[in-house]
Amino acid sequence: MVTLDHLRATYFEEAAELLERAYAELAALSEGRAGEDTVHALFRAYHSIKGGGGAFGFTRPVGLAHVMETLLDLVREDRITVAPDLLALLLRGTDMLADLLAAERDGVAATPGVEAGILDALESAAKIDHIAREQAAPVQAAAAIADGWRIEFRPHPGLFRSANEPLHILRELAGLGPVEVVADPSRLPGINRIDPEEAYLSWTVTLRAAVARAQVQDVFEFVIDDCDLSIDALDDATEPAATMAERPVATPTAEPAPPDIAAAPNASPLAQSVRVDVAKIDRLVNLVGELVITQAMLAQHEATLPPDLCPGLTRGLETLSQHLRELQDGVMAIRTQPVRTVFSRMPRLVREVAGMLGKDVRLVVTGEGTEIDKTVVEQLADPLTHLLRNALDHGIEPPDAREALGKPRQGIIQLSAEQRGGRIIIEITDDGRGIDRARVLARARERGLVSAEATLSESEIDELIFLPGFSTAETVSAVSGRGVGMDVVRRNIEALGGRIRLESRLGHGSRFTLTLPLTLAVLDGLVVSVGRDAYILPIAAIVESLRPRREDVRDVVGHGQVIAIRGSYVPLVPLHTRFGVAGAVNDYTRGIVVIVETDHSGQIGLLVDDLVGQQQVVVKSLEANWRRVDGIGGATILGDGRVALILDVAGLAALPAVAIPAAPPRAHLHLH
Amino acid sequence: MAKRVMTVDDSRTMREMVAFTLRQAGYEVSEAEDGVKALAALKAAPVDVVITDLNMPNMDGVTLIRQLRAEPRYRSVPILMLTTEGDAAKKAEGKGAGATGWLVKPFDPAKLIDVVKRVAG
Amino acid sequence: MQHPSAAMADAPAPLAGAAGASAQYITCTLDDAEFGIDIMAVHEIRGWTPPTAIPHAAAWMRGVTNLRGTIVPIVDLRARFGFGPTEPGAMHVVVIIQNGARTAGLLVDAVSDIVTVEAGRIRPVPEIGAAAPERLLSGLVPLERGMVSLVSLDTLLAFDEADTAPSLPIS
Repeated sequence: MVTLDHLRATYFEEAAELLERAYAELAALSEGRAGEDTVHALFRAYHSIKGGGGAFGFTRPVGLAHVMETLLDLVREDRITVAPDLLALLLRGTDMLADLLAAERDGVAATPGVEAGILDALESAAKIDHIAREQAAPVQAAAAIADGWRIEFRPHPGLFRSANEPLHILRELAGLGPVEVVADPSRLPGINRIDPEEAYLSWTVTLRAAVARAQVQDVFEFVIDDCDLSIDALDDATEPAATMAERPVATPTAEPAPPDIAAAPNASPLAQSVRVDVAKIDRLVNLVGELVITQAMLAQHEATLPPDLCPGLTRGLETLSQHLRELQDGVMAIRTQPVRTVFSRMPRLVREVAGMLGKDVRLVVTGEGTEIDKTVVEQLADPLTHLLRNALDHGIEPPDAREALGKPRQGIIQLSAEQRGGRIIIEITDDGRGIDRARVLARARERGLVSAEATLSESEIDELIFLPGFSTAETVSAVSGRGVGMDVVRRNIEALGGRIRLESRLGHGSRFTLTLPLTLAVLDGLVVSVGRDAYILPIAAIVESLRPRREDVRDVVGHGQVIAIRGSYVPLVPLHTRFGVAGAVNDYTRGIVVIVETDHSGQIGLLVDDLVGQQQVVVKSLEANWRRVDGIGGATILGDGRVALILDVAGLAALPAVAIPAAPPRAHLHLH
Repeated sequence: MAKRVMTVDDSRTMREMVAFTLRQAGYEVSEAEDGVKALAALKAAPVDVVITDLNMPNMDGVTLIRQLRAEPRYRSVPILMLTTEGDAAKKAEGKGAGATGWLVKPFDPAKLIDVVKRVAG
Repeated sequence: MQHPSAAMADAPAPLAGAAGASAQYITCTLDDAEFGIDIMAVHEIRGWTPPTAIPHAAAWMRGVTNLRGTIVPIVDLRARFGFGPTEPGAMHVVVIIQNGARTAGLLVDAVSDIVTVEAGRIRPVPEIGAAAPERLLSGLVPLERGMVSLVSLDTLLAFDEADTAPSLPIS
């Protein structure tokens, strides 16, 4: 049943959020920045995981969540104080809870008893007696069955205050079998003394049905304290023991989950509210893309018509364009996801790896709500894992070493995400050793990656660690492995249309910066012409465009030309010289300079022939059938069916270093 | 006309479960994720039954029940609380605040429907 | 998507009488040489339209074109085999091929024939030099009218490994 699947999916999705919340609150506790609501929120997280899980019959996670909830309740009531030991225990418990839930989600059985250790530890912390798990004492008499019952129901005057309604109760009794109801109005006062909010009537009900006493009692469950009630068997009550087991109609103990929900198909793992085949979304994205292209084509034709020829058409096209944009946003939104989905796995990783390495590390995560294309999010897990392991293994020093260096014993790794100018920036910063460039260079020379006489700049040396097979680890460790990695990480990131960069200060730490496209599918672009070619500039990167006067441009020895804009100098990059385009405007006073913002190189001024127009373009992969091209982020199809290349602004800024075959070490580096 | 039920719970799973079950049974269900939001929504559009969790951020269930009972319009509207087994103190507190009845989590969907019928007819 | 015949290129010829698998190849002529492309990989054949140039690409990479929404690179087969660039005109055709996940167009002078080749008749390519275009061939087939060189699509379309850089930057 789709609906039950849907509920399951909701549960797992919510459980994931709750776990994440729990981790965040635990972090707050351990960092001493717990707020008033921290413990309550933690309690609620376990409580909700337990509550929902119970309904699906996930007994193992529910059992664990129950103990954790109990523990938190004791904390909440100040009966236990939060000590580091307890926090560690709660973290372990939360990790285990995550595992058990994942097993339920994936429909696999977690190893029997795998949670026993942590359960014991938690229970002893909470001083819960194993055996004394609350078991409501079975009410023997409740199972008694008679041929019929005589029920005296005499509400207390205050019965209505809880909005209970005797009429509903009587109706429910009638649902059990044939009834005779006799009302007793003897307590009614005179009409002018009646308080409409008080109960005056009483009833005697004769129920002629062979039901258990419990069933009758159950009807009065909510009013039992607000009335006088007697339930007597019409005949002598018989109490055959066998029927007790056969008719467990309503026992006060919590039943395991009802079979119809518990038996919900343990289908494939669910992470989303609605499961849609990604291929279907992609088809939708492609179709919308084709629509955008068609719309651009129509608009192009319309523009060639004399103005006012057909105002209805113009208006219609405008409306179409507007709806199309909304449709596109809607479709794109299906594809985006907060980076949280991948970030939330990292604290545990850091904890476990730090534990293995005997290091004391705190992970500070920010910007986890930043949204990014789903495909990108999924592809991020491996590179991030690798970079974090790397920071833990090679970056952060052991506590004693840190102390000796005058650093706090606890190292800090920051993981952050933010959206900047149409791209997503993810940074992993540690306050560890930093890159020892002398050692990196020595190693690279040793391996023949760099010739002995080559002199490399600092950033060029940093680049070396991204070369295949390069490893600076003195010992091969179980954590980072055999230096497999940085080249793979770079490849993975580049395959997503992103870039990775390293900054480092010896003794102070390192920062890896990943720059990723916001979406792989659509962008707002400015079409520019260079020679006979058209290129797309992402609007998000554009600051302004201008036609410089002769006196605005200066030559800077060894750095080409710069344009003076409001007192600052921006490097002038003629696009045609970077791409080798023939027949383009070379005189900047006759072309247009588009000032764009790059991630790391500040602003640059791109010289193009002309601006053609602004339009939304569907990003198509160039890599799928060709390969990555420096300075190009992708391709698109224009209204006339021609392919136009989408510029990668940041890549363009870095182009000279790549395009000019220069320094021998560089050339050497690029050979595999 | 279908009876209107509001489910108040900070757990989306529980809300959806309650809503799903009751909608199947022909009720009209609205949702709120805490006491504050529930109170605002309930003041704006009355319902016939309120089902509330007790442990919620911003305003807990017991407070919500008290606030509702203080509203003339909600004095006789049934309010069911969702409790956890063994949480007798909370249950008593809820009852004292004016809860009509309770439902112990986890619950059988049929039980939920029965209980709603019991209090709302 | 390696074709059986290509896989057997290095294997000794089967004994006479053995039923060897056969495959069909579309042949095209570049100057005097005839090249064979596995017909199973051929998607369609279209007329030449100028593609969009790609920066920093080798001379044999003519650019990319739009094939029903997909960006497809156009390889100048003549240039790829070292015969110098094609001067494409209205008579030139582009053979769209699909190999594995990759789609590409091959610019050729014309398509001349379709030949059926038994696997046993495919001869290995002599090793002349590893860097030479011989790598791009998967086998040689002697025919009465001359020799057909079978194009190795796996190698031809391995653009990531190919040295795609231009010999010299234009400016």
